[in-house]
Amino acid sequence: MSDITKKLDCSGLLCPMPVVKTAKAMKELAVGDTLEMISTDAGAMPDMQAWANQTKHELLESEDLGGKYRFLIKKTH
Amino acid sequence: MADNNKLAIIATKGSLDWAYPPLILATAAGAMGWDVGIFFTFYGLPLLNKDLKATVSSLGNPAMPMKMPFGPKGFQNFDWPIPNILTSNIPGFEALTTSLMKKTFKNKGVASINELRDMAVELEVRMIACQMTMDVFGFTKDEFIDECEIGGAAAFLEFASDANVSLYI
Repeated sequence: MSDITKKLDCSGLLCPMPVVKTAKAMKELAVGDTLEMISTDAGAMPDMQAWANQTKHELLESEDLGGKYRFLIKKTH
Repeated sequence: MADNNKLAIIATKGSLDWAYPPLILATAAGAMGWDVGIFFTFYGLPLLNKDLKATVSSLGNPAMPMKMPFGPKGFQNFDWPIPNILTSNIPGFEALTTSLMKKTFKNKGVASINELRDMAVELEVRMIACQMTMDVFGFTKDEFIDECEIGGAAAFLEFASDANVSLYI
């Protein structure tokens, strides 16, 4: 498991904000850094997967914590 | 990076409810690294106004749920069976519907259209104002946000010609 470089809490925010805020946070990281994002949006699981597929960043973990979702994303480029 | 995916949207409606789809899709696509352009035409054009005044009416919107943004959950989820013909005729009901929708959206964690538009600007979404509509309705460029550009059908079509996704909203 990678060390977490930055944490982003998107609790209470609905689509498209978790994805938009994640993209913004990723821009501030360096290649190889890992972002932890927490969301309460039930749509975040498929959306974050799609976002990672599209941006080619690596979705290391996506976890359903019951009403809360946790993602670990590694900046690859 | 994304393989240069591209989204082209025509936004033709400027009410509060219809302002959301183009802005949500544009910001989501922008966040995925796509090239995004929105062509604002006809009633979509006021969404470029510096001062956004989008409202929503229940008139002609019979499928719109009539819900309250306060009180216990059961109360909030209750869909008030007020006939469309009635709500449409009550003076001030449009202002009420607008404020209820804004409040409900805010409570649920949906960004305001102002926030989404700012986000779109930040994500370098191209926003093209329809010159023809500006002439017809008497809008001037200085009423719009600085980030927008002016164009016509040909300008939009050129942008959309190699888009992977093109939407008319």
